[in-house]
Amino acid sequence: MDPLRHSPSPSSSRASSPRTLSCERLGYVGIEAVLDQLKIKAMKMGFEFNIMVVGQSGLGKSTMVNTLFKSKIWKSTMPGLRVPMPQTLQLHSVTHVIEENGVKLKLTVTDTPGFGDQINNDKCWDPILGYINEQYERYLQEEILITRQRHIPDTRVHCCIYFVPPTGHCLRPLDLEFLQRLCRAVNVVPVIARADSLTIEEREAFRHRIQDDLKTHSIEVYPQKSFDEDVNDKILNSKIRERIPFAVVGADREHMVNGRCVLGRKTKWGIIEGHFPCLSWLGGCEQSHA
Amino acid sequence: MSKGLPETRTDAAMSELVPEPRPKPAVPMKPIGINPNLLGYIGIDTIIEQMRKKTMKTGFDFNIMVVGQSGLGKSTLVNTLFKSQVSRKASSWNREEKIPKTVEIKAIGHVIEEGGVKMKLTVIDTPGFGDQINNENCWEPIEKYINEQYEKFLKEEVNIARKKRIPDTRVHCCLYFISPTGHSLRPLDLEFMKHLSKVVNIIPVIAKADTMTLEEKSEFKQRVRKELEVNGIEFYPQKEFDEDLEDKTENDKIRQESMPFAVVGSDKEYQVNGKRVLGRKTPWGIIEVENLNHCEFALLRDFVIRTHLQDLKEVTHNIHYETYRAKRLNDNGGLPPVSVDTEESHDSNP
Repeated sequence: MDPLRHSPSPSSSRASSPRTLSCERLGYVGIEAVLDQLKIKAMKMGFEFNIMVVGQSGLGKSTMVNTLFKSKIWKSTMPGLRVPMPQTLQLHSVTHVIEENGVKLKLTVTDTPGFGDQINNDKCWDPILGYINEQYERYLQEEILITRQRHIPDTRVHCCIYFVPPTGHCLRPLDLEFLQRLCRAVNVVPVIARADSLTIEEREAFRHRIQDDLKTHSIEVYPQKSFDEDVNDKILNSKIRERIPFAVVGADREHMVNGRCVLGRKTKWGIIEGHFPCLSWLGGCEQSHA
Repeated sequence: MSKGLPETRTDAAMSELVPEPRPKPAVPMKPIGINPNLLGYIGIDTIIEQMRKKTMKTGFDFNIMVVGQSGLGKSTLVNTLFKSQVSRKASSWNREEKIPKTVEIKAIGHVIEEGGVKMKLTVIDTPGFGDQINNENCWEPIEKYINEQYEKFLKEEVNIARKKRIPDTRVHCCLYFISPTGHSLRPLDLEFMKHLSKVVNIIPVIAKADTMTLEEKSEFKQRVRKELEVNGIEFYPQKEFDEDLEDKTENDKIRQESMPFAVVGSDKEYQVNGKRVLGRKTPWGIIEVENLNHCEFALLRDFVIRTHLQDLKEVTHNIHYETYRAKRLNDNGGLPPVSVDTEESHDSNP
């Protein structure tokens, strides 16, 4: 009689490193149905997205947020209205639920009125950094609880849009300081505000100068090169990185152009139609800053 | 329109952030829903597409365990489920291999790709279960293995420098094979399921269902369901985890009518009516595995893979794992378990 094979004790770590093989399939299994399962769950739960806008007053921040989400998220401050300039930097958040084609998005927009508006703007980025870190802290506290919530509410800032005034020259010291500090904590997307005040050549020259400035000061804006996961990402993101910073125009008034109803700014020489290419990064922004 | 919203301001004049009135990011009681159709298409729904792409890139893990006495067709069933030779079949045993003296845990990983989706499937077999003369506590090695995987995940999670994606070795689904005696559940079955349904998702299946007639089958199923209920055994999908009415109606139907699935497995192909099907050839006909008139394999497959796969993972993560974690942290006095090199103790949590 053959001696019984010495069976290893059940507590052996033999099971902890399974051999991985690839196998030939005999038919259709149906595992891609998991994508649909994910979709149904995601649509039930909805998404959260937190965006922050930073820039001096009058650069069209509120208008741009309204244009981006095609809704009156904010009452844009009209010039002439006697709104007193805030004496210190304030952080001001508004939350909305936007629904489109069954997808629910809980959008929180954080504005920073007072940024860069004072005479002495030293350390005006501190409250902003403080706010961002506070949201991380809040999430961490929820995460290390013994009995955690099933779905921890995510208030962390996923994307920070920084408005660069269209001087046409280069980035100002304030811009550089801010970008340097914040790029390490949050995804920053710089945009050239009020781009309708620049001609096409001026815009391109400005864009290139900004790109050079960013490179010289090693400021990694979103999408960061160091987080590109594979070749496809690299190709896609390189194309985007060439166009950053985007030169934008915001508008929340509607006008008729060639029979179409568009959002635009009406001037003596024509109607400028506002449009934005950056919304496609919603999902990407959420993933980056763990 | 955005007038009535409770907006909050943080006065940043104070250099210290005052802990009391913490700047709430203004989540009002009822966020106002806005209809964007008035002004145009935004494109929020593209996030679903973005999610799809990421999932297809990263792929996902699925770990399934099979438990039952030898000869019940466990390996064959797993091979049939994933249409590949993922499990070494018992019939290919050679003379040297005997039934193990104690319960062994054998995990084999495979990568299955379909439609661009990569699944890293791990099948955990438990040879020796229920095969000894004295089967007392034979579920213990299994329970230990399951808890070990939770422990592994927990250690990774509390690590200071965490991995971007923690490898998931936790058992998402445990198929328990019931012998088709036609009478009732055996004491071993009840003991096992009582202990394990608290730590893992258990899906009971009636093995080798081709040995029962139609009436025997339906009677047996009813009896099994009754016994499980009487003994307070909550198999997957558990009643208490139904999230909404839709889930409840769908799962109720499965719980009360279909489960436990009476299955037949096979990895041999035959020609039936010009089609190639997986089946078992007997003198009186060919039993087609995927034919719903012959057995409920297709129901099991659709249930585990095509409709509830993601849910199995989520229940494992959100409920079983969290239960383990809470118990572990409580036992440790509120501190997370430390690994050998990092001795940072966290502040006591609220």
